Amino acid sequence: MSTPPPLLSLAGVHTHIGAYHILHGVDFDVPVGQVTMLLGRNGAGKTTTLRTIMGLWSASQGSIVFDGERIGGPGADGGGSSAVRTPEIARRGIAYVPESMGIFSDLTVRENMLLAARSAKRAADLDTARLEWLFGLFPALRRFWLYPAGKLSGGQKQMLAIARAMVEPRRLLLVDEPSKGLAPAIVQNLIAALRELKATATTVLLVEQNFAMAKALGDSVAVMDDGRVVHRGAMAELADDEGLQHRLLGLSLAAHQ
Amino acid sequence: MSAADALPKARFDALPLILIALIALAAWPAVGSTSTWVTLTVAGLAMGMIVFIAASGLTLVFGLMDVLNFGHSVFIALGAYVATSVLAVTAGWTSAASLLPTLGAVLLAMLAAMTLGGAIGLGFERVIVRPVYGQHLKQILVTLGGAIIGEELIKVVWGPAQIPLPLPDALRGSVLIGDAAVEKFRLVAVVVGLVVLVALLYTLNRTKIGLLIRAGVQDREMVESLGYRIRRLFVAVFAAGSALAGLGGCLWGMNQQIVVPQIGGQVNVLLFIVIIIGGLGSTLGCLVGALAVGLMTNYVGFLEPKLTMFSSIGLMVAVLVWRPQGLYPLAR
Repeated sequence: MSTPPPLLSLAGVHTHIGAYHILHGVDFDVPVGQVTMLLGRNGAGKTTTLRTIMGLWSASQGSIVFDGERIGGPGADGGGSSAVRTPEIARRGIAYVPESMGIFSDLTVRENMLLAARSAKRAADLDTARLEWLFGLFPALRRFWLYPAGKLSGGQKQMLAIARAMVEPRRLLLVDEPSKGLAPAIVQNLIAALRELKATATTVLLVEQNFAMAKALGDSVAVMDDGRVVHRGAMAELADDEGLQHRLLGLSLAAHQ
Repeated sequence: MSAADALPKARFDALPLILIALIALAAWPAVGSTSTWVTLTVAGLAMGMIVFIAASGLTLVFGLMDVLNFGHSVFIALGAYVATSVLAVTAGWTSAASLLPTLGAVLLAMLAAMTLGGAIGLGFERVIVRPVYGQHLKQILVTLGGAIIGEELIKVVWGPAQIPLPLPDALRGSVLIGDAAVEKFRLVAVVVGLVVLVALLYTLNRTKIGLLIRAGVQDREMVESLGYRIRRLFVAVFAAGSALAGLGGCLWGMNQQIVVPQIGGQVNVLLFIVIIIGGLGSTLGCLVGALAVGLMTNYVGFLEPKLTMFSSIGLMVAVLVWRPQGLYPLAR
């Protein structure tokens, strides 16, 4: 029995930001159709990893392979030293929800969604069935459809950011700490919505500090420390092993609940 | 639905508009005669519209890519010189006092100024601006250098002497509105300004490319992460901004009725005052700032001509004391 090749694969990825060497050889795979958790302390390099995948920072060494094609690392564009550019990476089917959410606050919710739908020229071109599905997951978006996105609450903005990434089918979703700064009840809503997303076999790479979320959603996990991946395995295995949590994350994940 | 009621609706910030009304109202008693006041007000609005046309590209380019282009003046001067050439060639159309052929010639001059401004803008972006993205100090030096070269090239083509740009006969003189004399050309300038304003607002608010520009002004990186090549968008905006500067220069030249190689630099100072008053990067702010400066210049020019230049700078200082980021600061 052969397992399908991973959708995304990082091997020996180094990233420098200015004079700082942030990633020191990151290796991990994101299997297709699963939710892969990327955990680790603050400053471990999780956000840098997502940004490097997205091409917002370029990998100075190593390779990033998406669906069999190299999208990051030296020579990824088939010759020169620069990597594939961010817009091309997005066009290959990777959607990114940054920690800052990247909501266009002066634009309405509808305009935010319209921009994310590259094939739509106007709001009438949006896929209604898909929109209804997203409204089902995030009812607030229907209610505030014509409001400036800047007026939404933090939780509603996060929902808009995720819905925006899903407005058209994407092959891989990168989400950076969606629960950050949200009230526990809102986090529960978010978990429920992401669970439904997971049920559609969407491939997700999720950076998260919230244990409830990691446990509820993660299939596999990679734990980072100091710019490297120090542990890879099944999420359930890590969730059940408090000693491992202590060793990898410095404290019990359960304490985060 | 209580949550919806609790959510504040988008509120339009009207205070800066009241500023314009205040300037106009304060000038009324100072000027004394109502008919003179109307004449000055229309002149101020016309000047404001011309300055807005010329400045809109400058503010968009800054908002989208953080590029402060000191070479913008080249396109303004170019527009004015193109107007002298086109109106010289079409002298036959404008010699008759009838309106239609004259408007045709003016329209042709405006289109030529825009086309040339846009085309040279493309080259300017490629050669001068692109190598210095993200390096503010170099941008100032290099674009200023581009402005100097542009001015010299204009002297090579059109000569260093001033060129008269007389208004066609059909646009000379005034129409009487009540007791107030309103110069015909100023009405043309206001109409052209309104057309540009409507076209800009439509593009920015109703088209996808406009949405991309507004989104790009707020968060470039996210626009790229959604799969759009912002560089291409920027080149398009730069060319469009240069075309508008050409149009603004064409109108400004006709307003001055005389064109000198330094015309761009003279207007440039005004443009920077305007976009700083409006809030760097804001289109609406640019409009409000341009109208405020246009009105202020005309009232003060009538009341105390020596203070004209100071009045715009004084207005800028006053606005910055009130709102340090300008009238409509960008949310970033």
